[in-house]
Amino acid sequence: MELGGKLEVGRSRRVALYVTCLVDVMRPSVGFAAIKLLEDAGCEVVIPEHQTCCGQPAYNAGGEADAKALARQVVETFEPFDAVVVPSGSCAGMIRDHYPKLLAAEPEWRDRAAGLAARTHELTSFLVDVLGLESVEADYKGTVCYHDSCAGLRELNVKQQPRKLLRSVRGVEMREMDDAEVCCGFGGLFCVKYADISNQMVSRKMDNIEASGADTLLAGDLGCLLNMAGKLTRQGSRVKVRHVAEVLAGMTDLPAIGEEH
Amino acid sequence: MQPSCNSFKQQAAQALRDPKLQGAFGKLGDGLQARRAAAVGQLPEFEALREDARRIKRRVMSDLDTWLEQFEQKVRGQGGHLHWASTADDAREAILAICQRVGAKTVTKGKSMVTEELGLNDYLVDQGITPVETDLGEYILQLRREAPSHIVMPAVHLAQDDIERTFVESHPQLPPDRDLSTAESLVAEARQELRELFFKADVGITGANFMIAETGSTVIVTNEGNGDLTQTLARVHVVVTTIERVIPTLEDLSTFLRLLPRSATGQDATAYVTLSSGPKREGDMHGPEEFHVVVLDNGRSELLGGENQDILNCIRCGACMNHCPVYGAVGGHAYGWVYPGPLGAALTPALIGVEKSAALPNASTFCGQCVAVCPVKIPLTDIMRRWRVREHGQKMTSPLARAGLSVWAWLASRPALYRKLTGLAAWGMALCGGRRRRLSRMPLAGGWTRYRDFPAPEGETFHAQLARRKKRASKTGAGGLCHE
Repeated sequence: MELGGKLEVGRSRRVALYVTCLVDVMRPSVGFAAIKLLEDAGCEVVIPEHQTCCGQPAYNAGGEADAKALARQVVETFEPFDAVVVPSGSCAGMIRDHYPKLLAAEPEWRDRAAGLAARTHELTSFLVDVLGLESVEADYKGTVCYHDSCAGLRELNVKQQPRKLLRSVRGVEMREMDDAEVCCGFGGLFCVKYADISNQMVSRKMDNIEASGADTLLAGDLGCLLNMAGKLTRQGSRVKVRHVAEVLAGMTDLPAIGEEH
Repeated sequence: MQPSCNSFKQQAAQALRDPKLQGAFGKLGDGLQARRAAAVGQLPEFEALREDARRIKRRVMSDLDTWLEQFEQKVRGQGGHLHWASTADDAREAILAICQRVGAKTVTKGKSMVTEELGLNDYLVDQGITPVETDLGEYILQLRREAPSHIVMPAVHLAQDDIERTFVESHPQLPPDRDLSTAESLVAEARQELRELFFKADVGITGANFMIAETGSTVIVTNEGNGDLTQTLARVHVVVTTIERVIPTLEDLSTFLRLLPRSATGQDATAYVTLSSGPKREGDMHGPEEFHVVVLDNGRSELLGGENQDILNCIRCGACMNHCPVYGAVGGHAYGWVYPGPLGAALTPALIGVEKSAALPNASTFCGQCVAVCPVKIPLTDIMRRWRVREHGQKMTSPLARAGLSVWAWLASRPALYRKLTGLAAWGMALCGGRRRRLSRMPLAGGWTRYRDFPAPEGETFHAQLARRKKRASKTGAGGLCHE
């Protein structure tokens, strides 16, 4: 593994992993894959015990008071660390982009939120942009396409980082699908509240995935992945769905998301 | 126009079942997005222009009254008339008074979304005056008695054969078997029908893309030339616009003219940019004898100085809707009022009240495409989110959803209890998923499982697995990962 090290993350490269609710409950292996990637890159990984939800569901539903309470809790839990790494663009975006706005009117929290925001990174962006990682040690036999999740792409500029690392995985053939940057229709509670529209959006996504000829769909956000995996299995598609960290860490023994044992 | 925004879901469902609409809007995005991207790609300073435009707009909004007063003085100085209208009623009455004073029977109209906001056509008809839409799209819609579904391309929801049928039915004096199978033939027929009406009109009404304070000019940015005929051939020209469209100088106009067509249609420039500065002067060959500007507020000034003020920066290019996957799925009519798409979701609650339009700010995945392409960098998703906060605060959202979110937040602030319950949920869902590892039905998630499976979780949560590893490690004395 090559490691450029563009930026020193403390002297010890001690980073906290924010596991996210969906990783915790739905797909713990993404958390362990993230740990492996970070440790292989020379980091000491700590999992703060009191972490729960970043408050995004409440925030996007207009529940500002609840969102603020959870934001303060996350700031408190994670501020002792040199860096916070999140295997999700939308949760990382919540901390980086939205916490400073959310807590802007609270003088005692404003600077703390801004400080945490500056030290919080999406996983592949942290590996490539901060640590300067050029490649990973992993094997995966398959043709893969990558869906750019909205928050990662547009709030955090995550685009080339996962692709760069994927190209170094032995056996991987990359395909680009059409409209990789178009929303899959998940949108948190949107997919339940506006189910018909969400279905239309994910259906268009399905067409693009199938047309790409890829046998594996990857992305960096579990929300989008669950949405697309659920649609693919419902349609009887054979495309496998995984979080990008699983492939980068070479941890693909576990069945894909929604795949039968 | 009576709003039906809160029937958004039903209107959207109807649009999703209409194969014709699906075809029209499915294709809309592809072409326009590529055209915009190409036009923007050829202009390296596009990002800098967006920043300039935002700065100009901020400057205008911080001193809006001053700029409007300067505009008014210039208009009056050039022999024009200016009519301030606080409400839609005020604007309609001002327009009617002008029409009645000059004994107008026929009024031609250039494309104007503000007159849609006023429901002007129906109002004039009720007063015995015949309005004639002269923009091709608007003309077609007037014949069909339909509302625009897009602010730049009003008839984008129609297919060629819809228009063909409309023309055959609406122009019975022409041979029914004439060839209308090409766009050119439709344009030629509309031009022929409209030509006479341009000359017959007593009053020509247009909108304005901009008002320039420095020169007292109104500006229209168009492609068809109908606006120019509307405003030069009638004896009286009435411009109907809104307070936020004023910009300080001609120099500022050049900034916006570089952004607007590229964002709207991917054109470097439109076919026509027309400045109107007062009535015909001595020695002028053409032009109206009277020049009026009706400047409408209709709730906009309430936004000044508030958290949602930035929506007033909008220059109506339509890029947000052209790039919105929700708009692309359901089209413009589903939004239920004048302004569809992300613009409508952010603006409509300010104009007609959040209680009448609560569904719109929620109809977004917050994918952020609209913000990424907005030429004046309006934080559309932040504004939509703030409307949601308003709805939540006024308890306009469903009690079940509110309760669910509160319980979740309460639980998430108690990590120990949260661990136990999420552990239980993961185990339960995994069990229900069985060997297939997916659920086809789930309580409270009918919207999800109607269309997709719910992939089952692995079974044991991350934190439970970590705690187990930690225990094992402490028994064997080995180090490794741990909670802190």
